[in-house]
Amino acid sequence: MSVWDDVVGQEAAVRTFREAVADPRAMTHAWLVTGPPGSGRSTAARAFAAALQCPDDGCGHCHECTTVLGGTHPDVTLVATERLTIGIEETRGLVALAQRAPSQGRWRVVVVEDADRMAERTSNVLLKAIEEPPERTVWLLCAPSPQDVVVTIRSRARLVGLRVPPPEAVAELLVTRDGVDPEIAHVAARAAQSHVGVARRLARDPEARERRSKVLSIPASIRGVGDAVLAAGELVEIAQADAKAATADRDAAERAELLRSLGAEGETRLPPALRAQLTQLEKDQKRRATRVQRDVLDRAMVDLLSLFRDVLMVQLGAGLELMNVEHREVVTELAQSSTPEQTLHRMDAIGVARTRLAGNVAPLLAVEAMTLAFRPQVRQLG
Amino acid sequence: MAARTSSRAGIAWHATPLAPLVLVSGPEDLLAERAVGLVIEQARATHGEVEISDVDAAAYESGMLDVLASPSLFGEPRVVVVRRVEACNDAFLTDALEHLDHLADDVHLVLQHGGGVRGKKLLDAVKSAGHPVVVCEAIKKDSDKTAFVSDELRRAGRRADAGGVRALVEAVGSDLRELASAVAQLVADTKGTIGAQVVEQYYGGRIEATGFRVADAAVAGKVAESVALLRHAMSTGVDPVPLVAALAAKLRTLAKVAAMRGRSGMSAGDLGLAPWQVDRARKELGRWTPETLAAAIDAVAQADAEVKGASRDPRFAVERAVLRVATAAASD
Ligand SMILES: [Zn+2]
Repeated sequence: MSVWDDVVGQEAAVRTFREAVADPRAMTHAWLVTGPPGSGRSTAARAFAAALQCPDDGCGHCHECTTVLGGTHPDVTLVATERLTIGIEETRGLVALAQRAPSQGRWRVVVVEDADRMAERTSNVLLKAIEEPPERTVWLLCAPSPQDVVVTIRSRARLVGLRVPPPEAVAELLVTRDGVDPEIAHVAARAAQSHVGVARRLARDPEARERRSKVLSIPASIRGVGDAVLAAGELVEIAQADAKAATADRDAAERAELLRSLGAEGETRLPPALRAQLTQLEKDQKRRATRVQRDVLDRAMVDLLSLFRDVLMVQLGAGLELMNVEHREVVTELAQSSTPEQTLHRMDAIGVARTRLAGNVAPLLAVEAMTLAFRPQVRQLG
Repeated sequence: MAARTSSRAGIAWHATPLAPLVLVSGPEDLLAERAVGLVIEQARATHGEVEISDVDAAAYESGMLDVLASPSLFGEPRVVVVRRVEACNDAFLTDALEHLDHLADDVHLVLQHGGGVRGKKLLDAVKSAGHPVVVCEAIKKDSDKTAFVSDELRRAGRRADAGGVRALVEAVGSDLRELASAVAQLVADTKGTIGAQVVEQYYGGRIEATGFRVADAAVAGKVAESVALLRHAMSTGVDPVPLVAALAAKLRTLAKVAAMRGRSGMSAGDLGLAPWQVDRARKELGRWTPETLAAAIDAVAQADAEVKGASRDPRFAVERAVLRVATAAASD
């Protein structure tokens, strides 16, 4: 067993990290871990942080390893924002923290999971800290691609690129670590396009599988403009239900925890000062709900994209294994009722909708414009 | 006290009874607040002075319910309101289930549950014991808002014609409290049947009304008028975002009504539309083909992206979208 067990299919990156842990000359103070969604950036960064603290270079079971992986090690700070951006105040706090020597571990490690969610002004605050780091401080920044962080930071950090792991590797992880049935693990890993978290949820939660099936059944159900607009409404509702399922329990737990920490548990009337804190929490939760909903909707788009990639493979007779093996019928139906040009056009429309959603377009409107392109009548680029 | 049988659909907020236990269920805050208010009002009318306590179910502490709601030696009448049962902690669930067996006559317990699955066991127990359940369904769709306005007016002994209700929903319908207070204001300030003109006088300058007027003109193919209205709206400082949203809503309605044509079992209510919206859309659809409608929706989606940052000139982006929609409707 070792901390690297969960870092699926990333042999080259793991080698780089292990060398840095073992050899001080291969170590540096700032790392930029990049890779597409689902490649396991934060998992890799956490494993590296654990290996740095572990007396055994990442045994996976000692106190240092387990506390780092569990997010409770005092010298390892994990910044995972649920917001659309990381604030400048929060960043100043991190910079101040990074100046302190480790309290017990070998290093002080700051892991920023969404370094791409930083405005330029905020990045400049961070830059100063990275330029002159204290001797025992390490920054681990994660982002989808090197271009997502400002060049000044990029040029001062050591780059480690991750790839999307092959589905077989993800399925194997689900089987060995989560005890999932191999058949289900295989289907889930392909359907999730190797996104470990998504694959795990699909493998374990039948309702999540059900929601995904509903999403994939949408394109074949659209005949006219009316169907398209109704289907868009349905898609957005499914995403909302999914997002709600993901956040409801957590919201309630956080609220109870805040009240407990304020010593206000059981108070019938909160004094105004405490009420303000509660209001702030509610605002944060609402913002998080917005982001989760956006992420879930984007995931649905990725699912639809995978469906049309399968359709195109069938239309072109490529003979590759389908990503959506469970939905072969839908794939076949769509492949027979449309041309490869139409499929490409539909994939473009999904891409446009994703860009629009990322640009804050009203979700329903962006999805409507997309489902309209699924109509059988649409034959060429509009 | 007269026994009330609660129908399966539940009791409307304005019929909230006084009872040892009342469940106020559903997400519409304003209605839930009113239902709770009615319990307190009736308790005061029945008992005179009453002690009122207000508990947040998420911050509940074991044993509180016993202290607040058990029959006391002196039998002071009390109302105990427990809010946000949908976010309650486990301590509350345990105590509340236990408490169902010893309700007191002079203590009125109100449980307010905003919706969701949390606390379902408690809700089921309350329902199967036959306690009154007041249902406060979300008022989101235009058809619900229309019904809400008519209902408010009827209880105030007034009425509005269809155009008046519609104008009011369009002008201030995005916020239910605002809608309710607008009704109250019109009831207080005007006489006779409330028509569109009166509403226009009071609320005509509102953003939404302007946005909807631009959208109405555009889908009717009135090119010059829609652009003139748009420029006027923007010169008075109206933000482009709600203007685009109004265009999108209008086109969405057209598409939904088009979908109704092919499906016999589908009603206006199923689509969240008021009957007047359907009638109007049917007439407007005469100017549209599936292709022009699809292209118009795409143009509006593009405009939304542009006003939210993809373009340096959001005002022009909206104007171009309005022009695209209006000229699509104007061509034969
Ligand atoms: Zn270890």
